[in-house]
Amino acid sequence: MQKTRDKRGRISRRRFIEGTTALAGVAAAGLTLPRKSNAQSQETINLLSWPGHGAQDVIGPFEEATGYKVQAKEYTGGEEMIALLQSSPPGTFDVVLSDAEYIHQLQQAGLIDELDPGDYPLDDYWPEFQKFPSHWVDDKLYSVMVDYGFLGMVYNTEKLTREEVDSYAVMWESKVEGRVGMYDWYLPNMMCLSLYQGNRPPHDIDDKTFEDLKKMLFSLSGQMSGIGVWSSVFSQLTNEESWVMPGVGAWAALLLENDGVPIKAVVPKEGGLQWTESLSIPSSSQKKDLAVKLIQYLTSPEGQVREATKSAYWASIPNKEGWKLLNETMPEAAERLEHRFDKRNVMDEFKEGKIHIRNIPAQQDIEDWNEAWTEFKNM
Amino acid sequence: MPVWQILFFVAAMAFLVVMSFWSVKSFRLTPDFTFANWIKMYGAGYFQDTYLRTVLYASLAAAVSSAIAFPCAFGLAFRVSPNVRRLIVFMLMTPYFTSYLVRSYSWKIVLTENGVLNTLFGWIGLGPFDMTSNLFATMVGYLTLILPIVILLQYFSLVNVDRNLIEAAHNLRCGRLRTVFVIIVPAAKIGIILAATFAFILSFGDFVSPSFLGGSKPPTLSILMVDSVKSGSQWPRAAVVALTMVFTLLVVAFAALTLAYGSGKRGR
Repeated sequence: MQKTRDKRGRISRRRFIEGTTALAGVAAAGLTLPRKSNAQSQETINLLSWPGHGAQDVIGPFEEATGYKVQAKEYTGGEEMIALLQSSPPGTFDVVLSDAEYIHQLQQAGLIDELDPGDYPLDDYWPEFQKFPSHWVDDKLYSVMVDYGFLGMVYNTEKLTREEVDSYAVMWESKVEGRVGMYDWYLPNMMCLSLYQGNRPPHDIDDKTFEDLKKMLFSLSGQMSGIGVWSSVFSQLTNEESWVMPGVGAWAALLLENDGVPIKAVVPKEGGLQWTESLSIPSSSQKKDLAVKLIQYLTSPEGQVREATKSAYWASIPNKEGWKLLNETMPEAAERLEHRFDKRNVMDEFKEGKIHIRNIPAQQDIEDWNEAWTEFKNM
Repeated sequence: MPVWQILFFVAAMAFLVVMSFWSVKSFRLTPDFTFANWIKMYGAGYFQDTYLRTVLYASLAAAVSSAIAFPCAFGLAFRVSPNVRRLIVFMLMTPYFTSYLVRSYSWKIVLTENGVLNTLFGWIGLGPFDMTSNLFATMVGYLTLILPIVILLQYFSLVNVDRNLIEAAHNLRCGRLRTVFVIIVPAAKIGIILAATFAFILSFGDFVSPSFLGGSKPPTLSILMVDSVKSGSQWPRAAVVALTMVFTLLVVAFAALTLAYGSGKRGR
């Protein structure tokens, strides 16, 4: 039996440290973790995801059909997601939505379970996504893709032409001095610059190339209009403070276009990045059967259409049956998302080899890239 | 009182100190005793630059707000009728009925290239001026936060200045302007210094203005703290930044109190 108290009944040092670590973890998680109540504990599915996936426009039909309630805790970056999973008490989350680049880390840390491919409609997916490398480890499935998109640049169509933004080089042009904006995350921005540098794949570079990449990033300092969180990014683009932004894609451009802002997304000739969001089941979940049902819904044609057109942001979907339903029920959305079967669509860009999977740095620590980013912000 | 202090200040501070010696392994906060976080942060050029910048920004905000507030507070204390005074004091409190985040954000409508100010400037053939994502925008945000408080604190101090002293100065043929600087300002010194100190403290720790109006580039300490946590879950390094901020504020507060009350020990 584990000894937690000494002879006088005092809590042992080890126990105290464990307790304070847990406390720190809860503090780090922002004290806003989904709460369990006796009445709800049986039917509430706790989802950890980027914003938007737990909204009613996405999971409303699932809740209505099953009677389960989906409670979402949202995060705003992959590292934050891992930290939340690591520091939360076991059983806090039943489903986790993660970017593909973090799946291996989650699997290696033993934080997510192996999935049964037979539970999910992978055969209906585009062949490119049926055995998506980041989701499989040793031929075992750990995550199922729910949506994806491409990142290149977004630009103001009234200030810049499509030809001008055909290369990331536009960011150094005098025309856009003080008009380049960026989302405050090292990964998409520095990976796009790495593509411009000619690195394939952009995340796997040696230290010498990384130093050159840093210099390239720093040389953009005088061109910058601002770096911010998403709300700030949207406001910068809307107010024309920023005319061009790397590392952002159609998902943001479509949202702004819906509001009449003249913003479009482009994958420059040097290529773009693919972001993917996929669903896994945390090993510590106590409701794995319910978690499977939620993932089945979100990867079904109906769930896919909801994911594609969710109010938080539009996204491409991997399920061809989802494409069919989208074309039948929302042809205009299918057109804008370039999800038509009868004309050039998003899969063509993927097939042309211009798209590289966004991944975390392979040869350096994440910390080194983060530090370069912090230095850049200080300039 | 001591219980609250222990619970919400001493205990929290002790926890912060302990955490600054912990480490992060695979994004997980791990109990440890390492000076690595202190060495890393204090050795980083960006931390030193950011620290200096934040102190300068907060000092500038305190100076500008004090300078703008003084004529307002003076007029409020000596020139307007009691009814108008009550109305203005009430109006100075009303901004705090709304979220500071919303108030700061709404400045974007005024300050951007297509905003209200640049449109007005355009009508008289000026501009457009770059008024966002820079120090000017950050200062506007800081003033949104602190100016009403500085005016109120200065007003409460000025309104208690002994009128007999002012009358005596006038009787001794002291000019109006000289009376302000020789009689009124020294008499209201404590309030004026405390108001500036509040302005410094609030600006020093503010996250909203430098990030939403200032564009996060270059960052202040509060942004650096958020960055430490956001990407690498570096809570211990964020604790180092936080402790540095707390220590700086304690030094500034004690220096301000000494300045405000210290010189009162004049010889008889």
